[in-house]
Amino acid sequence: MTDKTDREPNAAGAPKDIRPIKLACRNVWKLFGSNAANFIRERDGKASMADVTAAGLVGAVRAVDLEIRQGEIFIIMGLSGSGKSTLVRCMSRLVEPTHGKVEFEGNDLLKISDAALIELRRHRMGMVFQNFALLPHLNVLENIAFPLGIQGQDRATREARAREVIELVGLRGREHFYPRELSGGQQQRVGIARSLATKPEIWFLDEPFSALDPLIRREMQDELMRLQTMLHKTIVFITHDFDEAIRLADRIAIMKDGEVIQIGTPEELVVNPATDYVAEFTRDVDRAKVISARSLMRACDGSEHGGTVAPDAKIASFSAGIVAANKPFAVVNGTGKPIGEVTPQAVIDLLAGVDRSKAGA
Amino acid sequence: MTVTASASETRSRPIQVWLLVWVFALAAVLVVFLLQDRLPWAVNYPASAVVPVADWVSALMRWIKSNLSWLTRSITAVLGVPLDFALNLLAKNFKIGHGADAYILPRLSWVGVCAAAFLAGHAVGGRKLSLLVGGCFLYIALFGQWTSAMLTLALISIAVPFCIVTGLFAGIWAWRKPWAERLVVSPALDLMQTIPTFAYLIPMLLLFGNSPVSAMIATAIFATPPMVRATMLGLSRVPSEIDDFSEMAGCTARQKLWRVLLPSARPTLMIGVNQVIMLALNMVIIASMIGAGGLGYDVLLALRALKVGEAMEAGLAIVALAIALDRLSQAIAHSQAKGHVHQAISPSLWRRYPNLTLAIAILVVTTLLGLFVPAFAAVPKAITFTTAPLWKAAVNWVTINFFDMIEAFRVALILNLLNPLRAFCEGFPWLGAVFLLGLAGYQLSGFRLAVLVAALTAFCAITGLWEKTMATVYLCGISAFIACLIGIPIGLMASRSDRFEKIVTPVIDTLQVLPSFCFIIPVVMLFRVGDVTAMIATIAFAVVPAIRYTNHGIRQVPPALIEAAKVSGCTPRQTFFRVQLPLALPEIMLGVNQTILMALAMIIICAMVGTRDLGQEVFIALSKADSGRGIVAGLAIAFIGIVADRLFGAWTAKARARLG
Repeated sequence: MTDKTDREPNAAGAPKDIRPIKLACRNVWKLFGSNAANFIRERDGKASMADVTAAGLVGAVRAVDLEIRQGEIFIIMGLSGSGKSTLVRCMSRLVEPTHGKVEFEGNDLLKISDAALIELRRHRMGMVFQNFALLPHLNVLENIAFPLGIQGQDRATREARAREVIELVGLRGREHFYPRELSGGQQQRVGIARSLATKPEIWFLDEPFSALDPLIRREMQDELMRLQTMLHKTIVFITHDFDEAIRLADRIAIMKDGEVIQIGTPEELVVNPATDYVAEFTRDVDRAKVISARSLMRACDGSEHGGTVAPDAKIASFSAGIVAANKPFAVVNGTGKPIGEVTPQAVIDLLAGVDRSKAGA
Repeated sequence: MTVTASASETRSRPIQVWLLVWVFALAAVLVVFLLQDRLPWAVNYPASAVVPVADWVSALMRWIKSNLSWLTRSITAVLGVPLDFALNLLAKNFKIGHGADAYILPRLSWVGVCAAAFLAGHAVGGRKLSLLVGGCFLYIALFGQWTSAMLTLALISIAVPFCIVTGLFAGIWAWRKPWAERLVVSPALDLMQTIPTFAYLIPMLLLFGNSPVSAMIATAIFATPPMVRATMLGLSRVPSEIDDFSEMAGCTARQKLWRVLLPSARPTLMIGVNQVIMLALNMVIIASMIGAGGLGYDVLLALRALKVGEAMEAGLAIVALAIALDRLSQAIAHSQAKGHVHQAISPSLWRRYPNLTLAIAILVVTTLLGLFVPAFAAVPKAITFTTAPLWKAAVNWVTINFFDMIEAFRVALILNLLNPLRAFCEGFPWLGAVFLLGLAGYQLSGFRLAVLVAALTAFCAITGLWEKTMATVYLCGISAFIACLIGIPIGLMASRSDRFEKIVTPVIDTLQVLPSFCFIIPVVMLFRVGDVTAMIATIAFAVVPAIRYTNHGIRQVPPALIEAAKVSGCTPRQTFFRVQLPLALPEIMLGVNQTILMALAMIIICAMVGTRDLGQEVFIALSKADSGRGIVAGLAIAFIGIVADRLFGAWTAKARARLG
C-alpha cells in the first residue's frame, strides 16, 4: 500500500450503486435558541460552528447532506450528544428542521400538509425506539396491532396481521403478555414487530439494541439481518457502537458535534478515514473482517497462485487458507478473469497490524 | 492562603450586610412598638381607614343571587338528579308516587354493600385488603352508623367522578397551553388549596341554599385540584419516546392524547384519584354545615351538644370509611403502577370478572330479599352496639381522676405560653409586619416577591382584620412550631432505623387520611373548648408532613456520598451532621412548609371549639350567611398561607440552588 491508487481502491474498483434514492437530506440544520431560523436564513444556510456559538445557539444538526438508497442499511454513528438522534427525528419530521430539505422519494417532506404527513407515517414509515416505547396498558398483540387500529382497521384484520408479524419475530405464545412481563430482548422484538406491522418502506431504528446486554444485542443483530434478507427495507439505523455499525452497515455516516464528518462503507472508513476522529474509532476494529481482497490486492507479478478469491471477499474469510498455502491468491472478477493478487505477506501484515506504508516511510 | 481568605471574605460580606439591615429593621419596628401611644395608626390599623371590601363582596354576591338565580336554580336541578339517585340508592330508598300509597323501592341492602366491599378489596388487593375494607364497612353497620355513612358515601360517589372529569380536562388544557398553566391554572390551584374549607361553604350556601347539592358543589370545587395536578404531572412524565412513537404511528392529536398519553399516565392519574377521594371525604364532612347531612352532621350535632360519646362514635365511623376508601383506591393505584398481568382469555363475563359479577349478584339478591326480610333492608337494632356510653364513662373516669392534672397543664400552658404570645402577636404593629415580611421577601427572592408578600399582608390590615389575623398567626405559628419540634426528631429517628420507620409509617399514613374533624373530638373530650384544644388538635393534624419529609429527605441522600464520607473517615455522627443533614435540609424545609399550611387549615376548623381568630370570623359569617365577611376573612387566611408558602418556597429554592 504505497501508492495512491492502492489507498483508494473503491473509487475505481467497486461497482456504482444504482439503486434509487429513498430519502435524502439536503443541507439540513437544526439549531436551538431564539431566532435560530432567521440566523441560518440570513447566512443562506452556511455557518461555522464558531458563528453558531457566537449567536448563542446550539447546533444539534449542522449542514447535513446525505442520500439513503432503497434497500440499504444506512447507519448513523456517533457518540452521545453528536446529534444523531436529532437527525433521525428531522428525517421523520418528529423534529422540525430549522433549515434545509428532507426529500422522501424526491418530495420535500417539510412542505407536505399535516394530513399527508400522518398518512405517510401510517403507511410508509416505521420506527423502533431505544427504550422500546411499548404501551404499558396493552398486551403484545394489542401493542403490535395498535398502529393498525389507529388507521381504522377492524379488529379481525389487524389482529391477523399482528399475528403474522408475531410469528415473524418469534414471539408466538406471548401474544397476551404485557410488556413488563417480558425481557428486554423480547420487548424489543415487540417493538420491531409493531413497526413492521404497517409494512413500512423506510424503517428508522433509533439505537434499538443499546438498552440490551451484549449477548442479547448480538442475537438481535443477527435477527435484524435475518429479517432484512427477507424484507429488503430501507433502514436508517442509529448507534453509538462502532462494532455494531460495522456488523450491520452497508454504509455508515459518522457524526460529531452535529456534523456528518464522513460517509462510506465500513471498509472505506477503516482503510481511508477522513479525520483523526474517524481513525480513532476504527483503530480497534478487526480489520480482517472489514477489509476485502480488493483493498489488499496488487497487480499480478506472474508468480504462481495458491487459489482464487472474489474482490469483495473479506480477508478473514481466506486468511487461514492463504497462510497455509503460502502462495499468493488470485483475485478474480465475476467472469473468472484475474484482476490482481493478494500475497500471504500482505494478509499477515494486516492480521499482525503492521502498516507497511508507514513503516516504509 | 490569601486567595481562600479573600474568597471567603467576599462571600461572607453580603451576609454581614443583611445582618446589619435586619438589626436596623428590627430596631425600627421596636421603636414603632414602643411609641405606640404616639403612633397608634402604625400599630393598630385605624378603624376609620378600613376599606369595606366585605361590603363590596356582599353587594356582588347579592347581585349574583338576585340576577343569576335562574342559573343557580337550573344547576341545582340538574345536579340534583344524579345526587338524589345516589342518595336513594345507598341511603334513602326510592319512592315512586306520593303520599301513603307511594310504592317504595328499597335501597341497596347493607349486607350486599358489605359483601361488595369485601369483594372489591379481594379483587384489587387480596385477602388482607378484603378483610380490612369489608371489616370497616361491617364496623359501620354494626355500630349503628349505616344510614349516615351511606349518605356521606353517596355524596362522595357523585362528587368524585365530577372532580375527576373536571380535573382531567383542566389538566389537559394546562398541559397543552403553557400560558394557561402559568396565568390561569397554577394561581387558581394555589388559591383553591389555601382558602380554608369553611370559606367555600359561604358562597355555596348563598347561591344554592342549605342542601346536599350545595355541599356537593363545594366538595367538588375543593377536591378537584389534585386531579388537575396529577393530570399535568402524568402527561409531562410520559417518556418522550412514547410521544414520538404515537407520532410515528400516525396518530392524530386526539388519538395521541386519549389512546397513548393518558393510558400511559394512568398510574399517576390514579394517585390523583386517590387524593380526590380523600379530599372529597374531608370536605363532605365539613360541608355537613350547609346541609350535606351524613356522618359529619352527626359529629357536628354531638359536638354542639357536647355529647362526646356520640361525637366519638360518628368520628370513628368516619375514620373507618376513610381508611376503607383510602386503602381501596391506593391498592388500585398501586396495581396500575405495577402494570398488567396476562390472564387466560375466557369468553364468559363471570370468568373474566368473578368478583364484579359476584358482587352484583349478591347486591341484587340481598336487596330483593330486603323486600321481604327486614333484617336485610336495615341493620337490625338487635345486632348493633353503641359505644357512646363507654366513651362517656371513659371521659368521666379521666375527668374525675385526672382533672387536676389536666387542668393544671391546661392553665399553665395558657398562662405561661399562649397568653403572652397572643398578647405579643396581637400588639404587633401591622406596618412593622408588612415591612419585615417585605424585607424577607426581597432578601430571599427579589422585588417581585417583596411586593407580593407586603401587599397580601397589607390586605389583612386594611380590611380591618389585623388583630384576628395575628391571632390566627399566633395559634398557627405555635402549633406548627411544636409540630415540627415533635415531627422532625421522629422523622430523623425513622430515617436512621428501619424498624422504627416500619412502626411510624402506618401510623402517619392513617393520620393523614383522617378528615380534620376527627382530630378535634378526642381532644375536646379532655381539654374542653379553647385555644389549648385547638393547639393540640392542630399539632396532631399537622405533624405528618414534618415526619414524612424529614425521613424522606435524609433517606434520599445518595449512598455514594455517605460512602465517600465514611471513606474519608467521618464518624457516624459526623456523617449525619456534616453530610446527611445539610443535604436533606431543603426537603425538611419543604416539610415544615407543608406543616404550616396544614396547621393553618386545621386552625380554621378549630373555630368550632371556640378560638377567636379568622376562623371564628368565617364560622360566624357562615351561621349568619354573611358572604362578604366570610369571603374576606377566608381570603385573609389564604393570604397568610400564600405568604408563608412563598417565603419558605423561596428559601428552599435558594438552599437547593446552593447545594446544586
